[in-house]
Amino acid sequence: MNHLLEMKRMKTFKIGGIHPEDNKLSKGVEVEVFPLPKQATLFVNQNLGAPSTPVVQKGDHVKVGQLIAKAEGFIGANIHSPYSGTVTKIDPVSDFMGYKRTAIEIAVEGDEWMEHIDTTPELKKEITLSKSEIIDKIKECGIVGLGGACFPTHVKYMIPENKKVDYLIINAVECEPYITTDHRMMLEKAEECLVGIEALLIASGAPVALIGIENNKPDAIAHLQELIKDYPKIQVHPLKTKYPQGAEKQLIHALTNRVVPSGKLPIEVGVIVNNITTCYAVYEAIQKNKPLIETHLTVSGKSLENRKNLRVRLGTPLREILDYVGIPEDTGKVISGGPMMGKAIANLDTFAVKGMSSILFMNEKESKRGETINCIRCGKCVLGCPMRLEPYLLAPLVEKKDYEACEANGILDCIECGSCSYNCPAFRPLLDLIRVGKSRTTAMIRSRKS
Amino acid sequence: MDYKIIIIATVVLGTIGLLSAVILYYIAKKFRVEEDPLIDEVAELLPGANCGGCGYPGCKGLAEAIVKAGSLDGLNCPADGSSTMDNIAGLLGLTAEATEPKIAVLRCNGTCESAPAKSLYDSALSCAYANTLFAGESGCQYGCLGCGDCVTVCQFDAIYMDPDTKLPTVIEEKCVACGACVKACPRTLLELRNKGKRGMRIYVACSNQEKGGVARKNCSVACIGCSKCVQVCPHDAITVNNFLAYIDFNKCKLCRKCAEVCPTGAIHEINFPPRKPKQQTEEVNSSNESLA
Repeated sequence: MNHLLEMKRMKTFKIGGIHPEDNKLSKGVEVEVFPLPKQATLFVNQNLGAPSTPVVQKGDHVKVGQLIAKAEGFIGANIHSPYSGTVTKIDPVSDFMGYKRTAIEIAVEGDEWMEHIDTTPELKKEITLSKSEIIDKIKECGIVGLGGACFPTHVKYMIPENKKVDYLIINAVECEPYITTDHRMMLEKAEECLVGIEALLIASGAPVALIGIENNKPDAIAHLQELIKDYPKIQVHPLKTKYPQGAEKQLIHALTNRVVPSGKLPIEVGVIVNNITTCYAVYEAIQKNKPLIETHLTVSGKSLENRKNLRVRLGTPLREILDYVGIPEDTGKVISGGPMMGKAIANLDTFAVKGMSSILFMNEKESKRGETINCIRCGKCVLGCPMRLEPYLLAPLVEKKDYEACEANGILDCIECGSCSYNCPAFRPLLDLIRVGKSRTTAMIRSRKS
Repeated sequence: MDYKIIIIATVVLGTIGLLSAVILYYIAKKFRVEEDPLIDEVAELLPGANCGGCGYPGCKGLAEAIVKAGSLDGLNCPADGSSTMDNIAGLLGLTAEATEPKIAVLRCNGTCESAPAKSLYDSALSCAYANTLFAGESGCQYGCLGCGDCVTVCQFDAIYMDPDTKLPTVIEEKCVACGACVKACPRTLLELRNKGKRGMRIYVACSNQEKGGVARKNCSVACIGCSKCVQVCPHDAITVNNFLAYIDFNKCKLCRKCAEVCPTGAIHEINFPPRKPKQQTEEVNSSNESLA
């Protein structure tokens, strides 16, 4: 009874949301360090915004942690070499969609690190850097949001002068099914994450940090609650499991009851949101001088026996990871990212990038779409939509190419969580059409402005 | 008393109606838009498909532009051949520019056989969306996605999806070269080219801008940018940019020498008489040249 009451009191966002099967099959598997490949390839656009410019040339010798591509523009991030070895090529290479993008190829030789990087595993609690030094360090180390969007982290901390940060929110929700890297991070590297959060508190000037964790991870909640006794500014908030709680706007609503206005950033309501794995990367950057050269990957799937949580250096060939776990025979689709928001990998001969959080194997049955039939206006998509949109209305508007009406009906507010498509009993490709509409509507607005 | 209500209602409503009629009459007189009656006459002569091929919003838009400009320079309705423009020219007492009839051609030949699928697309049937998701089933990031945005956008039913090749096919008799498909294709694979004498035309059916080896990996009929056609062309009609040949249809004299030397068969010749056996090719070429 007590337990039920507590469940009822637990916070969550109010509008829409769905409950997909959480399938956290790999939550008990410890993070394993993936061996170094012989040959690695690093794309120069690993973040949201402008691609970086290579600063090394063919034949150059690089060490681990050396800058190899410099950030371009306001929204950009540095890329550092995760390997020691020789640059063999700077050429276009197919990414996971099959499109050719500029990439730096490195022949790996040994594992020689830059001298200023601290490679000892010791925990360094004391933060000696000031606010601006922390932000500079984050920028220098090329840290991007590791929840999946890869938005350069330092940009979030360039707070406009008239704004004040009331809450720093740490996203440890991990609402996507299958993915367990954040969960493992909280169990294995909790102290490091907390130090990272302390640093971000200094950087943001916020008085308090709230960690939001869904209640399907009770061990992580208990572990963190035990540890935060030493950190008076950090609070842990268990949340009722509901998808898409990990979406920025939904998490802010769940924790602070504030609503981010349409088309605005969280800073508008005095909030900054960061992922828990990003906090770990921040810790490594400011305490160990270590740039972002690794990504944490969940390799999972119902038919996969050898489920793993891996720590992979960026640029590792995907094939090596797939061969390591063994592709199940009945695989119909391989997904990068979660099953709800991730994208199918069209080209398996590609390489690990920043923010890649999982590789999932869907079996043939799971990967097939049902046959699309007519919309019966049941309204399930409207019930599921956390942004108060009407997908059943938007999809035909996109089909009719009426982008003015799309704009008027708030298509740009869509967070692409996929709740509508998940709910649709007629298997209509609602999100697919809305995505087309979003890009077309943005193009229309841009041409109108110019 | 019942009559009274009826009478009052009739009188009140009647008065309002009369007053409104008078006001509307004066407003209509005062704010009348003077429109040239010629516009309607010209619009009558246009096909009325509102395809937008002329660059104006619908047939009425073109009619307005023609009457306003007072000449036919640069104004052309592609949809109904030159007869439409001749009729309009006759009506207005002008002379119509002679325009070469055009047709849409697909600059991709990645059929199921020449560019076998490496992945399977199962989502919204829209090229615009597929283009944001992946490079294409064959892996060629320049090739046709085969979702048929050009087919849906064509108002003249001039394009259909060939079920064997999974490529859109243009029906020669129906295509009016309005350019709707050119705009719809996210990879601008369709191009408007001169129809040529008796429909004879020659073009590079590939848009791949990768190095030869890379292009051939995905598609056996890709243009590899070997420049053989450039060397053999007597009219300087062919240029190679980014490993991709392009035939300028204004310079091309349809001698077919380029198609002969192309090692991958990326150059397509359409509506030509069948080639004679190899020994006599030189004669054919010389006769063709004298023809041109």
